[in-house]
Amino acid sequence: MSTETLAQLSDNLVYGAMAAFAVAMVALAAEAASRRVPTGAPADRSLVATGATDPESVSGPGPAGRRDGSGPTAPDAQVPPEAAGRADRYGRVGTSVLVLGTILLGLGVLTRGLAAGRVPWSNMYGFAISGTFVVALVYLVAARRQPDLRALGVWVVATLLLTLGLAVTVLYVPVGPLVPSLQSYWLVIHVAAATIAAAVFTIAMVASALQIVAERAEHSGRRTGYAGALPPAERLDALAYRVTAFGFPLWTFAVVAGAIWAEASWGRYWGWDPKEVWSLVTWLVYAAYLHARTTAGWRGRRASVVGLVAYASLIFNFFGVNILFEGLHSYGGL
Amino acid sequence: MSTVRAEREESAAPPPPPALSPPELARWAWRQLTSMRVALLLLFLLALATVPGSVIPQRTVDPLAVTEFREVNPALAQWYDRLGLFDVYAAPWFAAIYLALLVSLVGCILPRSRQHWRAVRARPPAAPRYLSRLPEHRRVEVAAPVDEVLVAARATLRARRYRVADDGASLAAERGHLRETGNLVFHLAVVVVLLAVALGSLFGYRATVLVPEGRGFANSVIQYDSLESGSLFDPADLPPFSLELEEFVMDFVDEGPAAGTPQEYAATVTLTREPGAEPETRTIRVNEPLSVGGTLVHVLNPGYAPVVTVRDADGEVLFTGPVPFLPQDDAFTSTGVVKVAVPQGRGRGEDIGIEGIFLPTAVLDEQGPRSVFPAPRNPALFLTAYHGDLGLDDGVPQSVYRLDTDAMQQFVGEDGTPFRAGLTVGDSVELPDGHGSITLDGYVPWVNVQVGRNAGKQLALLGALLALAGLMASMFVRRRRAWVRVAADAPGRTVMEVAGLDRSQTDQGGDLAGEVDALVDGVRQRLGAGGPTGGDEEDGR
Ligand code: HEM
Repeated sequence: MSTETLAQLSDNLVYGAMAAFAVAMVALAAEAASRRVPTGAPADRSLVATGATDPESVSGPGPAGRRDGSGPTAPDAQVPPEAAGRADRYGRVGTSVLVLGTILLGLGVLTRGLAAGRVPWSNMYGFAISGTFVVALVYLVAARRQPDLRALGVWVVATLLLTLGLAVTVLYVPVGPLVPSLQSYWLVIHVAAATIAAAVFTIAMVASALQIVAERAEHSGRRTGYAGALPPAERLDALAYRVTAFGFPLWTFAVVAGAIWAEASWGRYWGWDPKEVWSLVTWLVYAAYLHARTTAGWRGRRASVVGLVAYASLIFNFFGVNILFEGLHSYGGL
Repeated sequence: MSTVRAEREESAAPPPPPALSPPELARWAWRQLTSMRVALLLLFLLALATVPGSVIPQRTVDPLAVTEFREVNPALAQWYDRLGLFDVYAAPWFAAIYLALLVSLVGCILPRSRQHWRAVRARPPAAPRYLSRLPEHRRVEVAAPVDEVLVAARATLRARRYRVADDGASLAAERGHLRETGNLVFHLAVVVVLLAVALGSLFGYRATVLVPEGRGFANSVIQYDSLESGSLFDPADLPPFSLELEEFVMDFVDEGPAAGTPQEYAATVTLTREPGAEPETRTIRVNEPLSVGGTLVHVLNPGYAPVVTVRDADGEVLFTGPVPFLPQDDAFTSTGVVKVAVPQGRGRGEDIGIEGIFLPTAVLDEQGPRSVFPAPRNPALFLTAYHGDLGLDDGVPQSVYRLDTDAMQQFVGEDGTPFRAGLTVGDSVELPDGHGSITLDGYVPWVNVQVGRNAGKQLALLGALLALAGLMASMFVRRRRAWVRVAADAPGRTVMEVAGLDRSQTDQGGDLAGEVDALVDGVRQRLGAGGPTGGDEEDGR
């Protein structure tokens, strides 16, 4: 196939993935809506419905599962049984379509790479589609292993759709060759690490945001509606921490790999280029988050806010720095 | 009741500094500085302090942008100067924050290392009386004598990398000190990286030389166009090589939507490692620098240098050679000047200054002359010229890219308009009033050759790798304690209790239940065929 055909195919696959994600989001939203705790029901917030459909959860409970005694298989006392059944069906449909969308997106990234004859992440469009693919993949794998995470589903998919929407409208650039400074195997290593880390942090961000919502609901005593169906704030807090702690070494590695590449490419391993500055800021704020949680005993909303600030600086590094600043890293292609 | 309250407040906020003697005050200050709260504050502060350097132009990153900023906002620039905002990362307040963090870090690592050293060598604490009160607990019956069960349990724990202490009827075991070791190594490695960076900024240097194709330079301070170096950099340490730029190839995408995008820059150079050494031919590409005695040689942002000859009216050459022009856009529309000092007694005795635009692929339309493609498909030089005094003898340093026309007049053509000309390769143009002629002989590419040494980079890399390894250990190794108690129940029947505790703190217990199950299974397997009797009563607490 020619470059043009492949590039066209890639674009179509990305659109297909967006359609699938839209369907998945609707299904997952319907699931969440069905799990809403009806007004007036005394909600026992330690019960989490999200794990109920996962066959694995019976044999391999997530670490958090046993701790507070709320086995994921526990019956969903507050949600009427027929609603719970409906929720499970929606959940299964949502997850299946999400898997389909992820496969389409993966093929879209692959064909874009084939069209360019190299890894497809040298401009913001490339980062965006590869990044969303990795977020979807990480979410699916992680949610299989930790059913807890499924409560984040709708919002993860919403984030994916938003990013892809931006990618195809604002960030789109045609397939092109690689400028000399990007012609290096470090492009593969450094950008892959950064993309995976960002994907992991994205999931942590969703957990932190929902933690704030859940904590608010708990404080106000409102235990019904959507917030009532969320896992307990404490659990979301722990989840956000665990996922961030997993992403932090990856981000550290990405920054170190970037420094090594910068030395080969520009003759210095650290030169305070805006991209470098914001990578460091991101790293420092995530380190502060980990510290706040582990050693300063910050829990709940305070920690979540720090996590969100860290994520904001990560995203600013991706969008803001490419668009606003002129630096050596200006590969946005805009 | 009031005392309880007071205590709580103490743990929530730092106690105010009481009236203390100097040593007490010092100790108080030290304790504050190395407290977790201050460490956290310093991390946030450092993150915050790092930001302005990406927003405000930095002298070390983009000096041109700083100059521009000064011209546009002179008043603000004065304030920025006072606050060191044009060089944030060398500003005293920035240094203060990271030095405080460094001290806090060291002050944190030392006592923790001491503690950890003791913990590693300490014996695992003996089994508590009620194992069932621990987070995970199993009680099983096994058909083997007590001694054998104990032996099997010990072997199982060992196999799972526990250190085991024997207390007769029970075993105490601990594992995962590597977690804390990793954490300490990580923090120590952060210190190493910071020191390496400091070292680099003291001993390192970076210089650039603009070299047109066919020319070269010797590696010495006087030949550099710009030099940035640490305060302990010694020019005598420069490796005495010299370099000749034989050929510089720029390759661009010819057509399609990405036309004009650079594809490859490659410089072929002749390297002479020291005076008198055998010359070697090498190639330098963007990601493939040349390394000479710890110094890296890079090629950066290229451009074109038109080769211009200026003659007087008699045809005597006043000036000839390549003149580097600065690219202004992606299609290499390049601007520059030619300064021809004309001594008294030659030509008309007046200096000649030429302002020009060199266009690799020239288009002349209503937008004026510009280049539409970066490769030389239709090279042309558009110029105007001045005569008078260039001011080269005044001793005031001048930009080689700008003409000081204060003491010069623009040539005027026959029709009374300012003199202008457009030359393609080989063309000449006569200057008015018998001042001579200008010829475009051709053009050559030039590159900025960057020469530099990143002192301390190996140390920084080592630190970074150690930090990563330490971080992984501190995140993924679990610190656990386990206890096994074995007692004879009835003849031939033995009851074994296994309990576990996760001490990783930072996380919920990981799969502690799985770990304790695995210990039980391990013991059973070791006891072999005589294995399990009876059901296990699992009292999941
Ligand atoms: C550049 C500065 C620092 C950075 C980047 C940094 C980073 C980190 C990271 C990433 C962790 C791992 C957290 C985890 O295991 O979840 C950590 C843990 C820790 N840090 Fe720091 N840190 C810094 C400075 C300090 C300072 C100054 C102190 C002491 C005052 C300190 C004390 C600790 C302690 C006690 C832990 C917890 C270990 C544990 O509970 O496992 N750190 N730090």
